[in-house]
Amino acid sequence: MTPALSFENLNVWFGDGRDRVDAVKGATFDVAPGDSFGLVGESGSGKSTIMRALTGLAPHWSGRMAVNGQPLGPKRDREFFKTVQMVFQDPYASLHPRHSVDQVLSETLYLHGMKDIDARIVRLLDDVGLGSRFRFRYPHQLSGGQRQRVAIARALASDPAILLLDEPTSALDVSVQAEILNLLTDLRAEHNLTFLMVSHDLAVVSHMCSQLAVMQNGEIVEVMTVDAMRRMTSDHPYTRALLEASLGYRRAAE
Amino acid sequence: MSDLLNVENLWVKFPTRTGVFDAVRGVSFRLGRERLGIVGESGSGKSMTGRAILRLIRKPGMVEADRIELDGEDLLGKSEKDMRAVRGQRISMVMQDPKFSLNPVMTVGDQMIEAYRLHARASKAEARQKALEMLEAVLIRDPERVMRAYPHEVSGGMGQRIMIAMMLIPDPELLIADEPTSALDVSVQGQVLSIMDKLVQDRGMGLIFISHDLNLVAQFCDRVLIMYAGRVVETCAADKLHEATHPYTRGLLNSLPRIDAPRDRLDVLQRDPAWAAAPSIGPDA
Ligand SMILES: Nc1ncnc2c1ncn2[C@@H]1O[C@H](COP(=O)(O)OP(=O)(O)OP(=O)(O)O)[C@@H](O)[C@H]1O
Ligand SMILES: Nc1ncnc2c1ncn2[C@@H]1O[C@H](COP(=O)(O)OP(=O)(O)OP(=O)(O)O)[C@@H](O)[C@H]1O
Ligand SMILES: [Mg+2]
Ligand SMILES: [Mg+2]
Repeated sequence: MTPALSFENLNVWFGDGRDRVDAVKGATFDVAPGDSFGLVGESGSGKSTIMRALTGLAPHWSGRMAVNGQPLGPKRDREFFKTVQMVFQDPYASLHPRHSVDQVLSETLYLHGMKDIDARIVRLLDDVGLGSRFRFRYPHQLSGGQRQRVAIARALASDPAILLLDEPTSALDVSVQAEILNLLTDLRAEHNLTFLMVSHDLAVVSHMCSQLAVMQNGEIVEVMTVDAMRRMTSDHPYTRALLEASLGYRRAAE
Repeated sequence: MSDLLNVENLWVKFPTRTGVFDAVRGVSFRLGRERLGIVGESGSGKSMTGRAILRLIRKPGMVEADRIELDGEDLLGKSEKDMRAVRGQRISMVMQDPKFSLNPVMTVGDQMIEAYRLHARASKAEARQKALEMLEAVLIRDPERVMRAYPHEVSGGMGQRIMIAMMLIPDPELLIADEPTSALDVSVQGQVLSIMDKLVQDRGMGLIFISHDLNLVAQFCDRVLIMYAGRVVETCAADKLHEATHPYTRGLLNSLPRIDAPRDRLDVLQRDPAWAAAPSIGPDA
């Protein structure tokens, strides 16, 4: 089967001379259609950069990236964004400060040639647990978690087949997190969506994904199944440390 | 009395088209030289409580309170100028959106050097050295390069760590940290927490730690306030958080995914209108 997402020996770098950063070094992995794949690892290890490279936001890269078997070049067209949407890590930065929730969503829906814009906005706001009373608010009138939900609604607006989720719930409290994760699970089942998801919360990854890649300092140090993670069968010392820390703190809390 | 911070009957109000919205409704608490956690669902007023203490609520928003005192000194009556001095020196706040609070057109290093020199009479070289040390302390891998980087050139978790490093520069009496570690992996998180912890233990800093991570708060803090719809609905010792009784708190605990106990769907909270109607719990509860 053709993978929905394919990365082969991907290198991504920024800057030059002494400011050069090799943010991603030789990343290779595939995500099957309808699957959900997790990226975890150290802060600054290149997780967001992989997603940004795929969406055309990191200009310097080499290797191969493909969406549904189609290799990607330097530019992404509108068709690409009909298929692939991204929820950014930093919800404040990804929303325009002077655009209301209504403007953000109606613009996106319009760009993607959707009809019944009004009804769709109401539906999207309900889906992410905000409801219509937030429709005419501006970003600064929303709490951190409310902003993140607007960003998720915007990504869902074009009915994408592939969603890139960069820490989609790390700004959310656990009750809203549960609602959003359930919503994403339902959407994936209903529309056979494919997810690539970054989270530093291994419990979230284990709930949502079947496979994951562990990153450290620009490299993928291990690709493993979630079942293997649950059994803590890992060969790599960094993965083991990560798992032990996550489980340790769970145990200590109980 | 030796309270570092004393907040009585705090309200934050926003006039909206449909009337006044009360984001914080009569919150009271006291803080010693300890780690106080504030948890609660999205929109429950955690950030607004933190910002109101520093009088950082934007117009047309309003702050009202019977009392906000730092070390017995009234903050409500202070002029804006005096308040700026409090913010720079005595109370620091790590905002929830770290990159938004950094200056986008100034390098990380220049911002840190400036912050340090505002606080201490130091030469540029000394300030630079200090900034490098701070970045190393929060486990930034290549601090020299990051000093020269602009905020959009660092990762989400690096931005958070840079903000924390900056807020600790003035050696504050009180640190309000709003979701300070939400983008950090467990190992880096542990390091950042231990830095804050050291300041509480060694220098008697007070810490208000706003977070939605219940396990983390249970482990790291001394005491917890649980907020719902602008009020404090429950308060308990942090290590007793897992025995909390309020149905809202129980609901929060049950909605956590678990590595060791997989399930198809997560429990979601069934909200009861009575939770929002109940009065705020006082500081002595
Ligand atoms: N535009 C840029 N210019 C220069 N360097 C960059 C840029 N974007 C990212 N980097 C660098 O690339 C590295 C990887 O960053 P990335 O954002 O991918 O990390 P991450 O794994 O997502 O971390 P986090 O979990 O903290 O968000 C970091 O060292 C960062 O400073
Ligand atoms: N300028 C504003 N006008 C109207 N309402 C506002 C404004 N700013 C904030 N609010 C509302 O105040 C409430 C409390 O916001 P606050 O930011 O304190 O939430 P929070 O508990 O920090 O949530 P989160 O966990 O999502 O960050 C929210 O419902 C928010 O929508
Ligand atoms: Mg990132
Ligand atoms: Mg907040």
